[in-house]
Amino acid sequence: MADIRLEHVDKVYPNGYVAARELSLEVADGELLVLVGPSGSGKSTVLRMIAGLEAPTGGTVWIGGRDVTRLPPQERDLAMVFQSYALYPHMTVRENLGFGLRMRKVAAEEIRRRVDAVAESLGLAELLDRRPAQLSGGQRQRVALGRALVREPCAFLFDEPLSNLDAKLRVETRAELSRLHRRLGATMVYVTHDQVEAVTLGDRVAVLRDGVLQQVAPPMELYRAPANRFVGEFIGSPAMNFFEGTLRREGAGCVFRGRHFEMAVPRAEEGSEGAAVLGVRPHDLGLGGAAGEGDGVLRAEVGVVEPMGSEQVVHLFAPGGERVVAVTRPDLPLRVEETVEVRIPARAVHLFRGSDGRRIPAAG
Amino acid sequence: MKGGGWGRWAAAGALALLVAFAVFPFAWALVASVTPEAELFEGGGGWPRRLTGDHYRALFTERDFWVPIRNSLVVAGATTAFCVAVGSLAAYALARLRFRGKAAILGFVLAVTMFPQISIVSPLFLLLRELRLINTYPGLVLPYLTFAMPLTVWLLVGYFRQIPPDLEEAARIDGATRWQTFTRVVLPLAVPGLATTAILTFIYCWNEFLFALSFTLGPERHTVPVAIALFRGQYQVPWGEVLAASLVATAPVAAVVLAFQRRIVQGLTSGAVKG
Repeated sequence: MADIRLEHVDKVYPNGYVAARELSLEVADGELLVLVGPSGSGKSTVLRMIAGLEAPTGGTVWIGGRDVTRLPPQERDLAMVFQSYALYPHMTVRENLGFGLRMRKVAAEEIRRRVDAVAESLGLAELLDRRPAQLSGGQRQRVALGRALVREPCAFLFDEPLSNLDAKLRVETRAELSRLHRRLGATMVYVTHDQVEAVTLGDRVAVLRDGVLQQVAPPMELYRAPANRFVGEFIGSPAMNFFEGTLRREGAGCVFRGRHFEMAVPRAEEGSEGAAVLGVRPHDLGLGGAAGEGDGVLRAEVGVVEPMGSEQVVHLFAPGGERVVAVTRPDLPLRVEETVEVRIPARAVHLFRGSDGRRIPAAG
Repeated sequence: MKGGGWGRWAAAGALALLVAFAVFPFAWALVASVTPEAELFEGGGGWPRRLTGDHYRALFTERDFWVPIRNSLVVAGATTAFCVAVGSLAAYALARLRFRGKAAILGFVLAVTMFPQISIVSPLFLLLRELRLINTYPGLVLPYLTFAMPLTVWLLVGYFRQIPPDLEEAARIDGATRWQTFTRVVLPLAVPGLATTAILTFIYCWNEFLFALSFTLGPERHTVPVAIALFRGQYQVPWGEVLAASLVATAPVAAVVLAFQRRIVQGLTSGAVKG
């Protein structure tokens, strides 16, 4: 097992496309770090630079205290699970699982023992003589995972390994990966574009945008204190609501004034007056019922109500067409086109600077 | 299908015509090769009154046709083996490695095949004479490479590009070197392509005439097409023997193609569908 460290890593492609800029990131020994971001954010490129499949144009990559920046992939002792699974079509499952060990000149008897053990634990024992073409999607995924496990490498890399599975299997496999990580205590780097996968799996989650690291934190911290508007919007589903406005000090506290409402917010740090964005999660919005002390109140028209069983998602439109999404208990009676009061609780408010979207921390 | 009727009959008729058109020359040659010499020149064609094996017998007794067959096998076989061995490496590099001027190299390789063969016969002859390779096997294999190698490289670049790069990356991460990745993962997956390429190269070399005629001197080095061309005497053409020889020369190629038929069809169509 080993830790992985990226120091000021840059990746600029010859055509000028920047996949990583000044990226520094540390994955502790035994940690599962998730790299998440929209497509084109550079997350896969970062993983491929750790693997040695892409060379950084600047900076250093360390694995287990060793500078591996210039080492080819076969000398890094990593295992990787690809989105496409990348099983060798001309080999049986047994040969696929054992390929990495054969390349590393492990004795045949030892290969046999380890392949059998991994196949047993993943329920692949019956399939050892089949070829990848004769397997279902879920089985292929298992073989891909098994091929990584059997190697007992110093770290595991996952490149969107679940995105080709159907929804049910994805949830099951996600839980299984989580259990596997706890059992092995292995260092893992996991790339996904799915924020649900990111927050459910990761010990810590690194959010990337356009090759720049936005925030690295445990999932709940990302959710509670997003470092900027982008992270706030990206993490959490449905996405956070944003209201443009201005922030000014008033006495001991601060006041946020939006287009359709005004409310007192916790005292913000010095120098944060001016253009600001107020963010609030759909789950924190209140519909119906009496406004509490200090809540912001917004009047909006109900557009669409989506019953989800355990809750309902309500799409509302404020005057001027501003869109607000709220999540309420499932039995709240709402009529489409009815105008309701939307309560914004002061304690649930996130404030971001209008200029660069950075979070405005509360004054201490 | 409903209401095929006339359309179906028309299609069947057209197909029958096409098959007849394709098969007729072979059938004609086959019949002529077992028709006695005297009957061949009576004209009229049609089925011979008497079948004879004389032409075939003459081929392997008087003509010593084994020699040109052996020569052709050696030359075409060596060219093919060399082309596939070296060409696959070149093609892999061109398909996968990132380097400057790749497109230019591919264009240049293609341009080489565009020289009219006749225009390089004299320079090649001088070159080979200087190297003392006239009337030797290498003296034919080397010129053959000028057209066979570009063909091989172009075909194989296409096949290698179809192999998903993920597989090679997985192999690298699994601990394989570039060479191991090539031999353990890429080559086995490219077998249909390699077989197709090898067969096409072999057929080209087997049928090549101009170089073979120009760079060999005596019957001991003549290849099949040259030998057949030189059957004709001063006053007559032994058509029976010429056609018998043609059929004998076609047989090995046909055998090879039939043996690899499934692989070739797989190879020719595998590019059509993605994934």
